[in-house]
Amino acid sequence: MENAVAHAHVEPKKPFMIVWGILLVLTAVEVILAYQELDLRVMLVILMTLSIVKAALIISYFMHLRYDRPSLAWTLMPALVFVIVMMFVVFPDSLRLYYMRPK
Amino acid sequence: MATEDTIGSLRATTETDVWNGGTSPYAVVPKKLGMWLFIVSDAITFSALIIAYAYTRVSSASWPRPFEGPSIANATVMTGILLSSSITVVMAVRAAKMDARATAAKWLMATIVGGILFDVLHIREWLGLIGEGVVLFKNPWGVPMFGASFFTLTGLHMTHVTIGVVYLGVIAWGFNKRKYNADDVEVSGLYWHFVDLVWMFLFPLIYLMSARTA
Repeated sequence: MENAVAHAHVEPKKPFMIVWGILLVLTAVEVILAYQELDLRVMLVILMTLSIVKAALIISYFMHLRYDRPSLAWTLMPALVFVIVMMFVVFPDSLRLYYMRPK
Repeated sequence: MATEDTIGSLRATTETDVWNGGTSPYAVVPKKLGMWLFIVSDAITFSALIIAYAYTRVSSASWPRPFEGPSIANATVMTGILLSSSITVVMAVRAAKMDARATAAKWLMATIVGGILFDVLHIREWLGLIGEGVVLFKNPWGVPMFGASFFTLTGLHMTHVTIGVVYLGVIAWGFNKRKYNADDVEVSGLYWHFVDLVWMFLFPLIYLMSARTA
């Protein structure tokens, strides 16, 4: 049952180690940021930007999507991003409740 | 010669333009595509829960920020463990592709240890919070939904880690026994990286955004 074709290419370790290092550094940056007494909204934006960068690195390198055919990424990612963005329709309502709350 | 011709023609069809009837438009094994489709649907599940948490938090008068230094330190260590367990999977997949079966199984075992450690640290955190009186719809700090959102998000993630530990264990055992091939290791690795990816959002949103800074 061995798949001979599977042995055909072995990637170098280096890019994966670098990505691992970047992910650890970005995590440290996030933790330091949490203690900077920033406005919570500013912190949310910075933290989510860093998280999206980390997610992109994990997907591209660890999950190998960068090395697969572009057709795979084009099939999976736009639909996922679209669905997630569509979920943001609830936020005007949560903000309405926020402004209506007793002061 | 006949087999060579078959392989030759298969290669020719797979290399046809992907949008023009190539027999393998993604050039991945079917189970890898299957895992990707599962991951996309699972990502939507997690997104929906995160959005629900964000909705509740924004619309609440005041959201508790109860996590003291030790909790944040604990969660940071957990993040480091999970990130490192991803690199051990990368090493396992790499060894599997070189058909180094024992090495691949060892790297998978290292990953499993990381997963168990993550679970243990997280359960300890849970028990600490429950001890402080945080339960699903009640907590000492105010908004009752704090407990619900915390336990739902981290609980679903912990379930994924636990399932991953079992999944990788089965794959490590089966790969060593030559029941599974390198593709199976790669597909299980894909799942594990996804569990890692989800935590990259949960850690800042649940812990860092609720760190007690003052």
